[in-house]
Amino acid sequence: MSALVRLTDVARTFDVSAPWLDRALGGKARALLRAVDGVSFEIPRGETLGLVGESGCGKSTVARLIVGLHAPSRGTIEYDGVALAGPGADSVPAGRRRQARRSMQMIFQDPYASLNPRWRVSDIVAEPILAQDARPPGAAIGERVRGLLAQVGLAAADGAKYPHQFSGGQRQRISIARALATEPAFIVCDEPTSALDVSVQAQVLNLMRDLQRRLGLTYLFISHNLAVVHHVADRVGVMYLGRIVEIAPTPSLFAAPAHPYTRMLLDAVPDLRMTGTARTAVTGEVPNPLDPPSGCSFHPRCPFADARCRSEIPMLRDASTGGKVACHAVDEGRLAPRTPAVR
Amino acid sequence: MTASAPLLAVDRLRIEFPTRRGTLVAVHDVSFEIARGEVLGVVGESGAGKSITGAAIIGLIDPPGRIAGGEIRLEGRRIDALPPAEMRRVRGREIGAVFQDPLTSLNPLYTIGRQLVETIRTHLSTGEAEARARAIALLEEVGIPAASRRIDQYPHQFSGGMRQRVVLALALCAQPKLIVADEPTTALDVSIQAQIIQLLKRLCRDHGTAVMLVTHDMGVIAETADRVAVMYAGRIVEIGPAADLIHRPRHPYSIGLMGSIPSIGGSVERLVQIDGAMPRLDAVPSGCAFHPRCPRAIERCRRELPELRPAGATRAACWLAGSPVEQAA
Ligand SMILES: Nc1ncnc2c1ncn2[C@@H]1O[C@H](COP(=O)(O)OP(=O)(O)O)[C@@H](O)[C@H]1O
Ligand SMILES: Nc1ncnc2c1ncn2[C@@H]1O[C@H](COP(=O)(O)OP(=O)(O)O)[C@@H](O)[C@H]1O
Ligand code: SF4
Ligand code: SF4
Ligand SMILES: [Mg+2]
Ligand SMILES: [Mg+2]
Repeated sequence: MSALVRLTDVARTFDVSAPWLDRALGGKARALLRAVDGVSFEIPRGETLGLVGESGCGKSTVARLIVGLHAPSRGTIEYDGVALAGPGADSVPAGRRRQARRSMQMIFQDPYASLNPRWRVSDIVAEPILAQDARPPGAAIGERVRGLLAQVGLAAADGAKYPHQFSGGQRQRISIARALATEPAFIVCDEPTSALDVSVQAQVLNLMRDLQRRLGLTYLFISHNLAVVHHVADRVGVMYLGRIVEIAPTPSLFAAPAHPYTRMLLDAVPDLRMTGTARTAVTGEVPNPLDPPSGCSFHPRCPFADARCRSEIPMLRDASTGGKVACHAVDEGRLAPRTPAVR
Repeated sequence: MTASAPLLAVDRLRIEFPTRRGTLVAVHDVSFEIARGEVLGVVGESGAGKSITGAAIIGLIDPPGRIAGGEIRLEGRRIDALPPAEMRRVRGREIGAVFQDPLTSLNPLYTIGRQLVETIRTHLSTGEAEARARAIALLEEVGIPAASRRIDQYPHQFSGGMRQRVVLALALCAQPKLIVADEPTTALDVSIQAQIIQLLKRLCRDHGTAVMLVTHDMGVIAETADRVAVMYAGRIVEIGPAADLIHRPRHPYSIGLMGSIPSIGGSVERLVQIDGAMPRLDAVPSGCAFHPRCPRAIERCRRELPELRPAGATRAACWLAGSPVEQAA
């Protein structure tokens, strides 16, 4: 099983200090925000890794780091064996890196903002093809655009229309057609269905699954919706304040969550099949990322926290569930994974 | 008012938006009731008419939108044609409102204490000190830590989840009989959403408050609602007890809607897909508005509009929902 994408100890810090003069006058210190703090994972070819967590935990920053919209402050990002960022990246020929980048594409949450409103759909879909080094002849481009539109369930005639003439779900189809234009192997999907109604979400999720089967695509699928991630992902990573706290094969993560935060998130999801069921109360809020708690950043909300948790950051270690967990209590054997029977 | 009158009765409500190119009908002949202390969930895709129905009940339809027909009665008394001053009194005193964005309900320039005390004093005859004590008690009840200190802070000093708690306190402070909550948790993270839903349920149970809960999240409905109304293209297409509607929906649109929702409780290879999209108000199909997307449509559906009628444990507006064929399936 070869990993197509590999992140090793990737971090990204943002300088969110007040302007220099304000700091000087107000006596304020520089403020650094660790949006992503030591994230490691692999995505095997043809699989989907789901990334979940509450807003601000660093999901989009991970996505932007992978596709090269941000540079990491630390760590290595490899794609298909090529180091794209971090130590070793400089020795990779620029052409090789560019080729790797072209083999990945990104789909965003907001299909309204990510499509140029003044362009016809056919031009939007053709743009990535035209941006390639080896640009095919005009007739071949038209043919390819029609093929791409058909692949996402749009009619050839739709190419002549503008984005505003489409519904939200159809616009997301246009984004997908554009993403497929360069025949990528890997697509980063950042909350691709979060702005859509459920029935339209189902259309888009089904389409994405069909395309994955047909084209052998690999996905990083980011969502705050656990049920959606449960449906699409082979493995799931759970993020909290810039770190992955648990990563495991989808069935075991949902049936036997190990990390206290994963348990809390699962308890928080209202689910259709749970009419009237009482579950553990969820408490607390995500802390200010500029002033994260010491040790395990989940400790102020964690029912299992002890002195070690307040001082020492837990590392991601192999767990009995077949995944990895960053929790002292799990590590010390104080906390067994929740058994499937409980849920 | 008679003892048997429901708390809220909406009868053949019709809401129109006059435009340059003709009149758009956003809500058609919508009728439903809410009993005292009952939670009615209202679901449907965006544009179905959920919010505008809620806005009609609290008397806050944005002009040029207007109620063009039907009646809304609270404890038997018509409230759809009250003069603005009187409607303002009903809103707040008898009907509370909670919206998706807590900032629409809070004035950024006033401390939350001032807003709570003013609302309490407007609707209940209490003195300043008593109102403030009541405000602090309410903030404690909705789970604001250190309420007696935080009451003097401004809305921007609270997180999104804490602000929505403050809005709940504000909606409840005059002890209304009904709360209209429009997507109250949609903008919140799951763990905060769960806390707000629990809080809403507990408060309404403790105070005997009824709720019209508008949301597109069926999970929230499953956990909260006693009954559910499903809206499509400005009409209620199915209404009934929550468990029946979720587990045994009868209208083809409800069936598709439930099947399209991914669930952690089960695994499916493909989600049920309703092809197409909800029609725009200026292009609502003839007959049953769902017919172009309906897998079961028959000729009659294109011509005649089905009314709500009993189907299993719910009522559905579908020519086939009550038929023996459907029951056998
Ligand atoms: N360009 C940026 N400058 C400063 N802070 C940022 C920037 N991008 C993201 N952040 C901060 O980094 C954290 C993680 O953000 P993000 O990756 O968008 O989270 P998510 O997608 O999980 O909601 C947040 O606290 C956010 O405010
Ligand atoms: N101010 C307005 N002018 C014209 N149409 C409107 C206006 N407000 C709402 N509508 C229309 O009324 C319909 C119902 O809207 P709404 O009640 O907000 O739907 P929902 O809450 O179910 O998403 C929509 O088709 C919407 O476009
Ligand atoms: S390390 Fe400690 S505080 Fe963190 S999740 Fe585990 S038990 Fe809780
Ligand atoms: S009335 Fe006809 S078109 Fe409408 S939902 Fe029923 S079967 Fe489908
Ligand atoms: Mg994001
Ligand atoms: Mg709405």
